[in-house]
Amino acid sequence: MLDNLPANPTGIGASILRKEDRRFLTGRGNYVADLKRPGMTFGVFVRSPHAHASLGAIDTEAARVVPGVLAVLTGADLAADEVGGIPCGWGITGRDGQPMKEPAHPALALGKVRYVGDAVAFVVAETAEAARQAADVVEVAYDVLPSVVNVLDAVRPDAPVLFDEAPGNLCCDWEMGDRAAVDAAFAGAAHVARLSLVNNRLVGNPMEPRAAVAEYDPAGDRTTLWTTSQFPHVVRLLMGNFVLKIPQHKLRVVAPDVGGGFGVKQFHYAEEAVVTWAARRLGRAVKWVCERSEGFISDAHGRDHVTEAEMALDETGKFLALRVSTLANMGGYLSTFGPNIPTNLYAPLLAGVYTTPAIHCEVKCVFTNTVPVDAYRGAGRPEATFVLERLVDVCAAELGMDRIAIRRRNMITADAYPYQTPVMVQYDSGDPVGCMDRALEIADWAGFPARREAAARRGVYRGIGISTYIEACGLAPSRIAIRLGARGGLYESAAIRVHPTGHVTALMGTHSHGQGHETTFAQIVSEKLGVPVENVDIVFGDTDRVQFGMGTYGSRSLVVGGTALSKAADKIILKGRKIAAHQMEAAIDDVVFEGGTFRVAGTDRTRSFEEISLSAYVPADFPLEILEPGLEEQAFYDPVNFTYPGGAHIAEVEIDRETGSVRLVSYVAVDDVGTVINPMIVAGQLHGGIVQGVGQALCENAAYDEGSGQLVAGSFMDYCMPRADMMPRMHVETHNTRCSHTDLGTKGCGEMGTIGSPAAVTNAIVNALSGLGITHVDMPASPNRIWRVMQTAQLPQAAE
Amino acid sequence: MDLMLEVNGQTVRASAPDETLLVDFLRDTLGLTGTHVGCDTSQCGACVVHVDGRAVKSCTMLAASADGSRVLTIEGLAATTGGNDLHPMQRAFHENHGLQCGFCTPGMVMTAVAYAADHAAPDEADVRAALEGNLCRCTGYQNIVASVIAGAAAMHAGKEA
Repeated sequence: MLDNLPANPTGIGASILRKEDRRFLTGRGNYVADLKRPGMTFGVFVRSPHAHASLGAIDTEAARVVPGVLAVLTGADLAADEVGGIPCGWGITGRDGQPMKEPAHPALALGKVRYVGDAVAFVVAETAEAARQAADVVEVAYDVLPSVVNVLDAVRPDAPVLFDEAPGNLCCDWEMGDRAAVDAAFAGAAHVARLSLVNNRLVGNPMEPRAAVAEYDPAGDRTTLWTTSQFPHVVRLLMGNFVLKIPQHKLRVVAPDVGGGFGVKQFHYAEEAVVTWAARRLGRAVKWVCERSEGFISDAHGRDHVTEAEMALDETGKFLALRVSTLANMGGYLSTFGPNIPTNLYAPLLAGVYTTPAIHCEVKCVFTNTVPVDAYRGAGRPEATFVLERLVDVCAAELGMDRIAIRRRNMITADAYPYQTPVMVQYDSGDPVGCMDRALEIADWAGFPARREAAARRGVYRGIGISTYIEACGLAPSRIAIRLGARGGLYESAAIRVHPTGHVTALMGTHSHGQGHETTFAQIVSEKLGVPVENVDIVFGDTDRVQFGMGTYGSRSLVVGGTALSKAADKIILKGRKIAAHQMEAAIDDVVFEGGTFRVAGTDRTRSFEEISLSAYVPADFPLEILEPGLEEQAFYDPVNFTYPGGAHIAEVEIDRETGSVRLVSYVAVDDVGTVINPMIVAGQLHGGIVQGVGQALCENAAYDEGSGQLVAGSFMDYCMPRADMMPRMHVETHNTRCSHTDLGTKGCGEMGTIGSPAAVTNAIVNALSGLGITHVDMPASPNRIWRVMQTAQLPQAAE
Repeated sequence: MDLMLEVNGQTVRASAPDETLLVDFLRDTLGLTGTHVGCDTSQCGACVVHVDGRAVKSCTMLAASADGSRVLTIEGLAATTGGNDLHPMQRAFHENHGLQCGFCTPGMVMTAVAYAADHAAPDEADVRAALEGNLCRCTGYQNIVASVIAGAAAMHAGKEA
């Protein structure tokens, strides 16, 4: 465990209350939908009602004559203006050495529509109501084609083909690991356990729908886009450079308060480009606010895998090799990170917390007539964890081993770090056994049989399940990521501006959309520079104010951005020591900085941080001949490795025998997040992540109709979001080991809840039903699904 | 039509098309953008305001229906306790980390205030049931539930004595 007792009341380890709360609590948040600009107009997209169709004539005449309508724009107008397609940010390479198939993705459809929701036209009017009325009368001629929404159907030889250049709907046939070693291990194995599963498609649904406002200022030839984005600099780069060809210095992208992201807002969307293009064309500000049901058919979705997995074991339950084959749905076009998620963020996590010596994973990325699929909280890692942790339970059941014993038998012990897995990654630190033991204790795993018996007397099935997991945060280093297909860097940036009074503004290349970074990062500054958090403001989300940064996703903000911030603070301290050394006539090496004071070591000669800050800007007693005035430093940090948070989650459920409804009755999480900056915020991140994972396990499912390609779960009426009454009180705590390569020892915590929970809950459900001979249940465990499973199960056998 | 109503203690006279929803009237006509729109099916509760003291999803009500009513939004909540500081429920959300991205927060707080007015000491299950009309995607609800319990206690603290 780390000794995190804070010496500084607002420094690292303090559960201080959040600096950003007040504006949100009083209705003074500043979200994109709240923006008004002079002369602002309103845009509405016309979207395809068909999953797959040839696009005929688009008759815009009726729409153009609706009073107040200013423009009705189509793909042909985009083409005439030489607007580029929406780029993909990752280019993966197949096992045959060939690059993935990367068909053009026009911002408004050209020639064909490929999913229900594909945008075909954009109507701009003086009022939102006029734009909506006009959008309703845009006449689009569709020649409907057969469609395919399911990956299993999409790879069949007779499946409808979305893109001529991608026969068989195959974007990429990818692999990782040593196939020969795995085959050899399977050939000699005493036992092989197999599992087929589906990882259900999800819609991220941040509570704030996406929105964009764009404006063009001809006086300065400047374009501004306000957008609901997790990474405004990347939007500026992708949209400015590839789509609209606006020079970077002439384009400002602002992501103000953003109401949740979860990955959904970490892509460059066609709508951002169309709104900006329309604003420049019209010379008027244009606003578009996505409606929720529109978001269901235009926000990138998550997950959607079909997987076959096999584990080879020896007679003692030792894992010898793991073989995984996955079909991953890409949807109708490649979204920004789409092909990276089920490949580079999936296969490397298949070792989990186990010593499995040989692993091979093949993934076919498949186009279908569905909304593009991309990262959603966890992004590849929940899918890998679900495969592995479900399969481990199947192994235990088939060998007649205890589920904890088989994990313990195969787990990487704390003394084995750094640990090189057979799937690329090297874990730097961790203690999965410690996390598991603590979770077992809190959850009273040993006392479960009595609880099951008591439940049985009440006529309900009760089950307990565990998921032990590791994940990878802060994808890095850039050099390796670029070799794997990244088309950008994965560093992060921070700048610290110390004002003459010693107050601090820190400018971060990351974003914050619920994570509390205005507080967490201020605590790091407070810790490093010895100033109270009230004297620190964190600025982010505006490309005109902040140096280039990659934004917030993949639990990277603290581990990559926070390390950059720490390094920038170190530069401030070094410069401060130089100034202090000059003033106190000491050698720089003799000046130490502790608790906000520069001191000549071993003496009582000191200068306060405020005095040095003032001297930097009023350089009367200042070494001007060797040092520039001012006190402002910047750091870009490119990590040497991922970070590897992990933990153990235990869920307990009860199942109604008559209705199949599953009630989650207990949830325990013990996680290793490395150094904790703010325990209150970490617990909040875990709570939220766990419930999103529980949502996947119990109720969320972005179901498509196989025949029509319609998204049938297309609103909050049909797509079941977790509500307050679905959850018991969770117990979360941390069991931390220090990350060896981030300056502060942090590992990140944004996604772990979503990664650990689906398998924990599903393992509990299967455990509850094990007496019926049930060995696997796909997610979500809706009452309907569980009831059917129970009806078709064998007669009750001996309980576990 | 022409409307006259009280919003956050101020008399408002304004004109709006008949079909204007109360939420759009508050946001677009009055510029009170603290009330949010998170869905289009009256499921999420981000738009909850008080109309004549009752919690209402302002996306389900026409502005015209609020004619002559007293409307309270998140912007006016703190002032109802007499000071410029936070309302006890707002403070409870702050102290219990009951918000993350802040988007659902105004609706959550307004729902919680109306509920707590009649429930001084609710238990956890009561609060979870009372929040069934409000979605949050960030917090997993745990700290919201704690906030509502603490806020209810704080709202009634003065009344006991």
